[in-house]
Amino acid sequence: MNSIALSVEDLSFSYSGKKALDKVGFSINPGECTILLGPNGAGKSTLFALITRLYDTRSGRIELSGFDIKKQTRKALAMLGVVFQQTTLDMDLTVMQNLRYHTALHGMRRKVAKQRIQEELERFDMYERRFEKIRQLNGGHRRRVEIARALLHKPSLLLLDEPTVGLDVPSRKAIVEHVHQLVKDGQLSVLWATHLIDEIYPDDHLVVLHQGQVKANGAIPKVLQQTGKESIDEAFFALTQGARV
Amino acid sequence: MRILHYWRAMWGIIGRELLRFVKQRERFISALVRPLLWLFVFAAGFRAALGIAIAPPYETYILYEVYITPGLIGMIQLFNGMQSSLSMVYDREMGSMRILMVAPLPRWFLLFCKLIAGTAVSVLQVYVFLGVAWLYEIEAPLEGYLWVLPALLLSGMMLGALGLLLSSFIKQLENFAGVMNFVIFPMFFMSTALYPLWKIKESSELLHEIARYNPFSQAVELIRFALYNQFNQEAFIYTLSAFVIFMTAAILGYNPSKGMMTRKGGGA
Repeated sequence: MNSIALSVEDLSFSYSGKKALDKVGFSINPGECTILLGPNGAGKSTLFALITRLYDTRSGRIELSGFDIKKQTRKALAMLGVVFQQTTLDMDLTVMQNLRYHTALHGMRRKVAKQRIQEELERFDMYERRFEKIRQLNGGHRRRVEIARALLHKPSLLLLDEPTVGLDVPSRKAIVEHVHQLVKDGQLSVLWATHLIDEIYPDDHLVVLHQGQVKANGAIPKVLQQTGKESIDEAFFALTQGARV
Repeated sequence: MRILHYWRAMWGIIGRELLRFVKQRERFISALVRPLLWLFVFAAGFRAALGIAIAPPYETYILYEVYITPGLIGMIQLFNGMQSSLSMVYDREMGSMRILMVAPLPRWFLLFCKLIAGTAVSVLQVYVFLGVAWLYEIEAPLEGYLWVLPALLLSGMMLGALGLLLSSFIKQLENFAGVMNFVIFPMFFMSTALYPLWKIKESSELLHEIARYNPFSQAVELIRFALYNQFNQEAFIYTLSAFVIFMTAAILGYNPSKGMMTRKGGGA
């Protein structure tokens, strides 16, 4: 098995002739948190739809832990945990019922599923609330449940598509901290799409996407050196020619 | 191990659908009220106007309410199939469909499970309806209630597959109103649900031909015969073939490299 958690090579995609992604390429190593930074319309969501195989990859290649998403779809998807931008929880079901549904889709045994649900919910301080309906939870808690759910099958890569959109500051901070702690704790790799610069930690890697192209890729000091700027803010501004985030 | 994975996923999907159904009481009540209104109001009013001759599977003269019951069962399944597809369009817009689509299982299998789950819900609705009809003294032979089960499963799957197929074409929830006008109503009215074929022929040859080849008619006839302990081979083959065609087209529609996703997303 390949040691690279995610490898994207030469990936292009267009909507009705308009290029959304143009020869995008980058990779994520195990235990790395990579921030996918780009203004609105940069192509972040398209990239996520391609990695999760919701769209078909026609030009270029995506590999998850060495498995080609197009040829070995099931093996590749088993390596992936996803938190989409919009909530994907069933509002009328309880936390537990939502998580059980996920473990069933991943073919987990009931006993193992129960144990994993407990572990992940405890990690996110949500175990006590497992019998509450999703509708009764606030936005921050719903997001925690979604992240816990994405981790139940122990993926090697966690994809987060702007997970903090619409959350208040304390909830946002808590989620950013949680995810970075997850990377520190184990071999989990993270690809976090955002346009909020304050969600980036100094140890993170950065992929700056603008108008469907990778404008910068690497550890933060490297990106700063490349752009000759002192802060991510300035570097981002320079790379995207002042595009609004 | 892989078989167990499929097995667990299938029960997970069915369990979720049943849970959702139980929690959405309004959906259950409206699914029941619609055919009951037809039975108690429409059929009662037409009782005197329409004479139903003796024709298989019936061995005696029957009341119009008795004739219309299998058609109303078909109506329950037709609406349920369309409701499932409506919820899939909604799920896709809202995002929860994505959780299903990124599960590490073949897409055809996931859609198939979704279909079985929807059919299970419609069968439940049908039995409750039959129970109420029985209280109203619209009774079929006792074994008929058992024989009708496989017929309900097939007709439910066929109509559900049609719903799936439609959901793969419909991009937005708003477009769904068109389905009501262009699919549900024509399918229901131009079928043997309300009038037998010979009666339709009396008024229009064209309508008769449409009703004859309408897959919904065949599903209704399959149910009608099964309810009276008889097997209608032609209706069975027709309904099965329609299911295979609709399901294959729906799977193609949901295939990221061939169907909906390509049309939505274009190519590189």
